[in-house]
Amino acid sequence: MATTQLPDALLVRNYIDGDENALAILIKRHQSKIYGFIYSKILDRDVADDVFQDTFIKVIKTLKSNSYNEEGKFLPWVIRISHNLVIDYFRKNKKMPMHRETEEFSIFSIMTDNSPNIESRIITEQVESDLLRLIEELPDDQKEVLEMRIYQDLSFKEIADLTDVSINTALGRMRYALMNLRRIIEKNQIILTN
Amino acid sequence: MAKLYTKKKKATPKMLPKKETVNFLLNYSKALRIVKIGDVNFETIAN
Repeated sequence: MATTQLPDALLVRNYIDGDENALAILIKRHQSKIYGFIYSKILDRDVADDVFQDTFIKVIKTLKSNSYNEEGKFLPWVIRISHNLVIDYFRKNKKMPMHRETEEFSIFSIMTDNSPNIESRIITEQVESDLLRLIEELPDDQKEVLEMRIYQDLSFKEIADLTDVSINTALGRMRYALMNLRRIIEKNQIILTN
Repeated sequence: MAKLYTKKKKATPKMLPKKETVNFLLNYSKALRIVKIGDVNFETIAN
């Protein structure tokens, strides 16, 4: 095709006049040099593609809004735009560096998940159900105080009011409840740790 | 042992952007219209 031999300046003029094919020829003609330039600075294919795309978006906008100044040549102008975008990329990346997963570096080596895993969750559930069974062994008055304090989170004053005893009695029942629990645990050699 | 007669590539292949990137740009260019009214540029993208 004859149009592929046209000089850049004429293709740019044709593109401004509405010939979309002229842009395709310009990109095809210069893509290797421009992309190579960007890649040589950034060394990441995906980011280089992004910068290449942003470069041509600027080129298209400038040409379509008739702000292109024909004094310079097309390729050096595009390279200058891509150079500025590369600088922008490094500036942005300096503020918020991007790390890719490689063989030597894994993001999970510095990022940990503190939530319990399935094993520790099962152990916790087991411990809790064992403890509930042990509490069932306690005398009713002690059991009542312990459940109100631990599971319902009531204060000793509230417990005392609800069970119609003095605070000291409620405290005493709680103390005996804990002592009895320890005794049962030691006697049966139950391990209640996670 | 059998000899290998294949030549090693001396030049690295040309660096080219992805086809999708180029296609996107060409489609974007076709869809974009910029209208200048006074000092302001209005951009419209046709679907």
